[in-house]
Amino acid sequence: MSQQSVLFDAPGPRARRRIAAGNVVGALVVLGIAAVVVVALAGKGQFSWDLWGPVFTSSAWQDYFIPGLQNTLRAAGFAVVGAVLFGLVFGSGRLARSRTVRWISGVVVEFFRAVPVLLMMVFFWLLFGFNRISDDPAFLAVVIALILYNGSVIAELVRSGVGNLPRGQSEAGLAIGLTGGQTLRSIQLPQALIAMLPALVSQLVVVLKDTALGQIITYNELLRAAQIFGNGHSNNLQTLTIAALIFIVINWALTAVARWLSRYLSGRTSGTTAAGPGIGNPTVVAGRPGGPGNAIAATGDPSAT
Amino acid sequence: MGDFLSQFGALFAEYPIASAFWVNIQLTFWAAIFSLILGTVLALMRISPIASLQWAGTAYVNVLRNTPLTVIMTFLFLAVWTQLQITLSDDFAQNFFRFGVIGLTVYHAAFVCEAIRSGVNTVPLGQAEAARAVGLSFLPAARIIILPQAFRGAIAPLGNTLIALLKNSTVVVAVSVSTEVSTLMREMIESNANFIYAIFMIFAIGFVVLVIPIGLLTTFLSNRLAVRR
Repeated sequence: MSQQSVLFDAPGPRARRRIAAGNVVGALVVLGIAAVVVVALAGKGQFSWDLWGPVFTSSAWQDYFIPGLQNTLRAAGFAVVGAVLFGLVFGSGRLARSRTVRWISGVVVEFFRAVPVLLMMVFFWLLFGFNRISDDPAFLAVVIALILYNGSVIAELVRSGVGNLPRGQSEAGLAIGLTGGQTLRSIQLPQALIAMLPALVSQLVVVLKDTALGQIITYNELLRAAQIFGNGHSNNLQTLTIAALIFIVINWALTAVARWLSRYLSGRTSGTTAAGPGIGNPTVVAGRPGGPGNAIAATGDPSAT
Repeated sequence: MGDFLSQFGALFAEYPIASAFWVNIQLTFWAAIFSLILGTVLALMRISPIASLQWAGTAYVNVLRNTPLTVIMTFLFLAVWTQLQITLSDDFAQNFFRFGVIGLTVYHAAFVCEAIRSGVNTVPLGQAEAARAVGLSFLPAARIIILPQAFRGAIAPLGNTLIALLKNSTVVVAVSVSTEVSTLMREMIESNANFIYAIFMIFAIGFVVLVIPIGLLTTFLSNRLAVRR
């Protein structure tokens, strides 16, 4: 592990014995905490098949979990496509030569990054509901709120992705007679997009997690489906655990893909490839290849707000 | 126009907007303190040489970081409170407030842990080697050389996590904290639908006003305290 090389010398025989003893004590403490939780749950009868059985019936999956998951993925899919388009438009806008365009794009991006997604969802849900804009105002509200927030984050990724390219790339573009806009479109953006792929996949995790906010505005996604099923069988603990596990497995796989992409692509672009932190506003920062471990890519960008 | 403004002013007087924001600030304050403590402990576990603690820390981060906050809040409300009948306070509102703080804490602690770990990763290997070369043993080297630089490197990601925490404090509505801003905004819009845009802008700008100073402060601090390399 890379951090250990920073913090620890290679342990000698005495230190190795101490680490082994610590390992046993640590394992006992962790297992002890787990045992306390398990005993407490068993004491309340939470492991009885009456509670777990309904979760593993075909109707639970056919009528609740699978349709819920489909709605979650549908909202996330639309939101990601929209957010990438939004991000490209406003990210390029922040790099435009016109000061007005830069300023407007900056205000839009900073505004939507600062407003909680839930507030936007509630607002759009009520707005669409009052004006009867759609048959499914909750779905539309979830998608639009996610596009506005994640699109703004992606706009920042585009900006920092282009900013992290070596200067020579744009200079070479201008030198062969391309205009500023052409250089951006045909030289800088393609490289920046490849460099930001890992961060984009990390943002997919954020989108997927935030679709669960749809539960609050009655969008019938995985969490809400699980909750309705759990209310019917009085086994919310069990059904919500399953719903959480589904989210964890998908997000964990996406995080693994992001980390793999960041390693795979780092030799294939002159930009910096780094996965995002999965929360807040990820910003790609110039990496130090000589640093002690780029295992954790997101170090945060001093220029981020 | 004057009519609009006077009705709008009446709306301001009628609803406790400032105290709703105060509830979110309080939630953020307590969750920030507790998640900083828990996150630091987790980070120490993950960078320790002890395999079982590393494993436990990694497992915690992987599980909590990949669970939607809404699921955590719903779980606390429906599974822990309703089904297991665990109560944190006799006072109803206080009970939900504490559940809200717990939900925010366990979720954001995973990100605080990663922020601190990324701070440790900004320290170049040569610093530790130099510390050993001048004869410092593990603890003095960590205390005098590594950790001060690590915390400076962690300021920007920690600030990002704090901003996310403030915005996520609206999600406590899922654990039925009914005095916070998203609930109030919904109530206000539902009974004053003609002011829907104005009401949304009040709350949105409220968050912009809270978030931007935190962003500026962390940018300022991380630039000022950054170790120039």
